[in-house]
Amino acid sequence: MLKDQDRIFQNLYNDKGSNVSSSQERGDWVNTKEITDKGRDWIINEIKESQLRGRGGAGFPTGLKWSFAPKEVGSRPHYLVINGDESEPGTCKDRDILRFEPHKLIEGCLIASFAVQAHVCYIYIRGEYFVDGQKLQAAIDEAYEKKLLGKNAAGTGWDLDIYIHYGAGAYICGEETALLESLEGKKGQPRLKPPFPALIGLYGCPTIINNVETIAVVPTILRRGAKWFASLGREKNTGTKIFCISGNVNNPCNVEEEMSIPLKELIEVHAGGVIGGWENLQAVIPGGSSMPLIPKERCETLKMDFDACVEEKSGLGTAGIVVINKDQDIIKCMARIARFYKHESCGQCTPCREGSGWMWRMLERMAKGDATKDEVNMLGDVTNQIAGHTICAFGEGSSWPVQGLLRHFKKEIEKRNNLDPVVQKKNNIPYLVDQHLLDKKNA
Amino acid sequence: MSLRRPAKDQPESFEFNASSLEAAKAIVAKYPEGKQQSAVMALLYIAQKQNNNWIPLAAMKYIAKFLDMPYIKVYEVATFYTMYNLAPVGKYFVQVCTTTPCMIRGANQLVEACKEKISENECELSNDKSCSWMEVECLGACVNAPMMQINDNYYEDLDKQKTLDILDKILNGETPKPGSYRGRVNNEPENNRKTLMDLKNA
Repeated sequence: MLKDQDRIFQNLYNDKGSNVSSSQERGDWVNTKEITDKGRDWIINEIKESQLRGRGGAGFPTGLKWSFAPKEVGSRPHYLVINGDESEPGTCKDRDILRFEPHKLIEGCLIASFAVQAHVCYIYIRGEYFVDGQKLQAAIDEAYEKKLLGKNAAGTGWDLDIYIHYGAGAYICGEETALLESLEGKKGQPRLKPPFPALIGLYGCPTIINNVETIAVVPTILRRGAKWFASLGREKNTGTKIFCISGNVNNPCNVEEEMSIPLKELIEVHAGGVIGGWENLQAVIPGGSSMPLIPKERCETLKMDFDACVEEKSGLGTAGIVVINKDQDIIKCMARIARFYKHESCGQCTPCREGSGWMWRMLERMAKGDATKDEVNMLGDVTNQIAGHTICAFGEGSSWPVQGLLRHFKKEIEKRNNLDPVVQKKNNIPYLVDQHLLDKKNA
Repeated sequence: MSLRRPAKDQPESFEFNASSLEAAKAIVAKYPEGKQQSAVMALLYIAQKQNNNWIPLAAMKYIAKFLDMPYIKVYEVATFYTMYNLAPVGKYFVQVCTTTPCMIRGANQLVEACKEKISENECELSNDKSCSWMEVECLGACVNAPMMQINDNYYEDLDKQKTLDILDKILNGETPKPGSYRGRVNNEPENNRKTLMDLKNA
């Protein structure tokens, strides 16, 4: 287990309050000027050396992302945008940072803005987190009052303004270019890349977009050094991570742990074990709903980091772990996830808009045992026609969980759905278009 | 995609009141000059708050003029995002999360409770017209499942009886205390915390 002094989010459970003075006791805002005095290149280098990877799901190296920002500010200003549109089912880590560790985030915004030469930072928070957003706003107001933001923020000589922008219940706005569209006051439909936001982003200006957790860990990394951060976890999967463990466990919780911690340890030690015991485990979704599930046999040894999860044909994603035990109907669980994606598709690309609905309807039928034998392979075919054929990663996100189900629980589906595809007698199948033909006597 | 349609009965006109107007001006100032369209989402919220939790078409037209942008673009935004209510939902708007992490912890019991106390169907006003409920997608409090949102507040760690009690309170016009209903502190593992104990016990 990670030592307490190595935990970055000391106030994860709000033991000490979240105002400036209590944050300062935890080390925030103590020597911000010393950090920025070392210069942009030093900061970006240090983040590169720490091997910090984005915590929003894709795991892109943060230092590398920052280095994409133009070196000189041209006629267009630079922007920093923080992605707090946390909507991935199973994930609720950013909410705790917004409400209990806001000053880690605000200080991170200042340092990151300095590194990418932005004077304005927008924090995009999902609309449902209104109350938590108000808490962040209170923290921002207090930071302005104490001269930690605004002109010459925290004595660093850098001017920075932070504004909160609330979303309005669209999952797709967690995709970075959809988020920019939404910030510009449009429908949140993703843009084609390239051009990448680092060159043409918000209002057509260079924009760096980072997840809340990524930015909130930056000040601590710079204070304690890239070496310390890189010593946790393993190569290319360094540092600590907030894991959200939900579903059929005895004590669902958020906990900060070292990267590469075994999944079994997370569930058994922190979450109090699976309801009904480890033997009652059916499958685990390791990183938010869009990552394929992993069956029990593989969970025994799985290490929770980016690369180990990819080896299991899944992904760490946002580290929102959903534990599903044997009391649950796995097909129904996935059908509900498919319904989520059907509801949240932005409607821009046809494969995703139509396909997400197909997947949902097919899975609902399969859960009831109303599907025919050949539909199982047809469902796999549908997922392959969505993934990789859309503008953004939502196509993959919606089809991966279904592919995961087919990979590991195909037998289960086939057992339940053994209708013969050839209709031999009058059979009331509501989705069959030429139903009227069957109504004839000799059909 | 979700299917969303404006209400049939629409008020004739809409205008920001003094406090809304002040708030709207403060929000427009957050964005660079000429980019006031960015404020449209926040302004729709303000309109929704002022107009008893829903946005009439007149408000969209008003906001379009206010921000100097085409009406259809405001309409697009209002119909795209699911948190804008296009029809009356009552003073207390109950949203029950039923996505998988909540579902496997028993979110259907919360739905049953809403059906018993508020109305048989979702998006239907209760008898006294003060309240309505609907199923929504993940609200991002998965470790506190099952949970629901009433207006801005989260009610977490619920079961059927607790939900019935909360709904009784709001139907009596009270505002129940938000947060966990199993008495746990925020997102910590209940009775099983093993980290940061020095801070907890300090």
